[in-house]
Amino acid sequence: MTGYILKRLVSAIPVIIGLSVIVFGIMALIPGDTATALLGSYATPDNVARINRELGLDRPVYEQYFVWVGNLLQGDFGRSYILNRPVLDEILERFGATLILAGTALVLCSILGILAGVVSAVRQFGWTDRIVTFFVLIGISTPAFWLGLLFILIFAVQWRVLPASGMYAVYGGGDLPDLLRHLILPATTLAIVATGVIARLTRAAMLEVLRQDYVRTARAKGLDERRVIYRHAFKSALVSIIPVIGIQAGFVMGGAVYIETVFQWPGIGQMLVSAISTRDLLLVQGGVLLVAVTYVLINLVADVAQAMLDPRLKT
Amino acid sequence: MTQALATTEPQVSSARLSSWKLLFNNRLAAGGLVVLVAICLLAALAPLLPIPNPDATFPANRLQPILSEGHLLGTDHLGRDILSRLIWGTQVSIAVGLSATAIAALVGSLIGLVSGYARGVTDNVLMRGIDMLMAFPYILLALAIVAVLGPGLLNALYAIAIVNIPFFARNVRGITIGLANREFVDAARLSGKSHAAILFTEVLPNVLPVIVITMSTTVGWMILETAGLSFLGLGAQPPQSDLGSMLGEGRRLLFNAPHVSIIPGLMIFALVMSINLLGDGVRDVLDPRLRAGDLTRPLAVTRIRRKPVPAPTPAGDAAAILEVRDLETSFQRGRATVPAIRDISFSLDKGECLGLIGESGSGKSVTALSLLGLVASPPGIITGGTVKIEGEDVLALPEGRIRALRGAKVAYVFQDPLTTLHPLYRVGEQIAEAITTHQPVGKAEARRRALALMEQVGIRDAAARIDAYPHEMSGGQRQRIGIAMALANDPDIIIADEPTTALDVTVQARILDLLQDLRKERGLALLLITHDFGVVAQVCDRVAVMKDGEIVEAGATAEVLRHPRHDYTKKLIACVPELGQGAGFLDRVRPLFAGGRP
Repeated sequence: MTGYILKRLVSAIPVIIGLSVIVFGIMALIPGDTATALLGSYATPDNVARINRELGLDRPVYEQYFVWVGNLLQGDFGRSYILNRPVLDEILERFGATLILAGTALVLCSILGILAGVVSAVRQFGWTDRIVTFFVLIGISTPAFWLGLLFILIFAVQWRVLPASGMYAVYGGGDLPDLLRHLILPATTLAIVATGVIARLTRAAMLEVLRQDYVRTARAKGLDERRVIYRHAFKSALVSIIPVIGIQAGFVMGGAVYIETVFQWPGIGQMLVSAISTRDLLLVQGGVLLVAVTYVLINLVADVAQAMLDPRLKT
Repeated sequence: MTQALATTEPQVSSARLSSWKLLFNNRLAAGGLVVLVAICLLAALAPLLPIPNPDATFPANRLQPILSEGHLLGTDHLGRDILSRLIWGTQVSIAVGLSATAIAALVGSLIGLVSGYARGVTDNVLMRGIDMLMAFPYILLALAIVAVLGPGLLNALYAIAIVNIPFFARNVRGITIGLANREFVDAARLSGKSHAAILFTEVLPNVLPVIVITMSTTVGWMILETAGLSFLGLGAQPPQSDLGSMLGEGRRLLFNAPHVSIIPGLMIFALVMSINLLGDGVRDVLDPRLRAGDLTRPLAVTRIRRKPVPAPTPAGDAAAILEVRDLETSFQRGRATVPAIRDISFSLDKGECLGLIGESGSGKSVTALSLLGLVASPPGIITGGTVKIEGEDVLALPEGRIRALRGAKVAYVFQDPLTTLHPLYRVGEQIAEAITTHQPVGKAEARRRALALMEQVGIRDAAARIDAYPHEMSGGQRQRIGIAMALANDPDIIIADEPTTALDVTVQARILDLLQDLRKERGLALLLITHDFGVVAQVCDRVAVMKDGEIVEAGATAEVLRHPRHDYTKKLIACVPELGQGAGFLDRVRPLFAGGRP
């Protein structure tokens, strides 16, 4: 197993290098003078000269890339001139908030999606299946940002049971129960689309597996239906569900951009949106790279989990 | 039988239904289509509708509620008519969504076509690039692109299109690879057509269904995501507005005038939902695998719907441990029920071996599976007859009692143990599970017995192999595991369905010897299903020959071998090549098949 993990870690390296090239390339494609674009309204001649020197913009593009990567490896993501602080400090501070939100949503959508999908497959064509299928369709068609507004209207404005925005109460908050209260609405909203996708896939995977010869063998052994479904069929279905959960991690982290904006959650997504509006491009670059690398790592974990479940994949 | 045939007729013609008709048969998809057409018509006719100018502001008339005079859906914070803005905004959103889809489809399909057709380095470079795009979380890449190009509706459109290119490239490449080696492409190449001409005139038409499916499944997303970017203020900029930017502007008034933001959101939802419903329908029609509709969950026990419920007859043969009378199992094809096996009658005595022989498709496996209700259902139904085990009609038993028989009194050995053993459990666990299912023993004891069984069926170094996974074993070893599992509860009857077909000849002989030994040792009855008269001659006391779902001849093996009465039996016997008789084998066999099937 350790060998497999190492192998997967090594294979992630070119992907991460590729990501850095794309993120760097996007910024290099900015029309006009890069330094001026990066600095926006802060483009005084002093600052322009400084950023040209810092980023090596007077050198060839490939050299610029290596300078940039070298800086990244030393923890230097550049400086946000609008916030007047190092990019790394800002993104790390906000990254925690995003992880809490996206992580909770991912756990929620995995549990609910798998449950709904399994029940739906087991009771195929029954009323449970119909209800699940119907809600899945609604789930994947609903704009999450709109659903967030509806939730705020219902739970925060009408019923006044949950807070509408922020991560902690302004006064007297800061503890775990307070965080959880603030987390419920945004995490649920964020989880809904992914729940639909996972439920759909789980149902299909279960139906596929239940037709396999080895499930018939399990029945021929005299196992009761509960064990046939949960011990034999579900374990196999999980092998194809796990990578989908990995992909959903990407959708959830991306969707966090909307949800953080709607619920004013102080995460990376909210930061990115305002950084794009203020053209704070180094902040965008750092934030995008951090989230993208996280996504690669999550998929790596998903791969390892899949291999732990299916011994045929380890080789 | 004639009745069944008569009801099959309309089914055959319905298989040739046009795609459109299929789409309309799917009620949800048809509903989606109707809603979508209505929304599109409304948006397209915007200039002709008697609605106010969407950008005309009347600050005095601001934030009118729904159903106020002159403003069906009220007004926004600048006094603009929401209904009018909704219709015009829908037009923009649909146009943007469709344009993004068109760009993504065009670029993505082109990449996929070239990549799948050229293969080699081109393929590698293009696909690694696509992998890179997919390594980004979906929306994040779009954000990065908008960050560089600057906020604006057109830039949002490009960003969403780029993000969706990989879906098209991958799907199209997958199909193109398969097509690039087909005969008609080779023929075109030989006729001197250029690569471009081949791609566009030969390959593209065959790839189109995949492109359409991918479009129908991504267009909803693209509308949703461009609306999302506009909602964030990164898409449509004032005075231009789409549904997303209306929602984004209305959000600031959420507490005072929720309708300003709720209405455009509802429209996005209706639009995307109708597209997704239609998209699912389109996919079902165009994707033949799904059209077959075979993905239904098999029940625990085959459905039993015996037409004339058989009267309880006294057991004819007292010695018989298994007695099958007039068994009929059918398959549902659409609304018709077509029998697969009919009038199957045979009996099996204690310690006896009965061979059930026939070509593939003759119904021998269905017969074997029907005995304990293991035929996949749907589509299988047991439509008649009785299966008596020690005088008790199995098919009349409740599910729990049938389950108690399975693996305990009657055990199965299946063909191809690679697919019939669970790939994710160690073989020892699988044998132990068979034991603990029917016997009240602990885990350690079950493992000990599993090990003993493995030794008994002749697995060398069983202690080391007990923790192996099926894929780590050879075909012969896997088959032995299957037999060990069948023996786990000391059954009275073993039903072996082609237990040696997937194996090579030497292993085959050893497995047959093993079954023979076990039969003599334990006195168990063996129902051996095979297509090989050589196997029957070697093992079976009696034989029943099956053809087209019926038993055409039965009797003592030696008798049938010496004096086969049915033509089909003669053919099967002639097909067994004998050592030293190879010369002229085909010449000897061929006349028996003259004018018939191979």
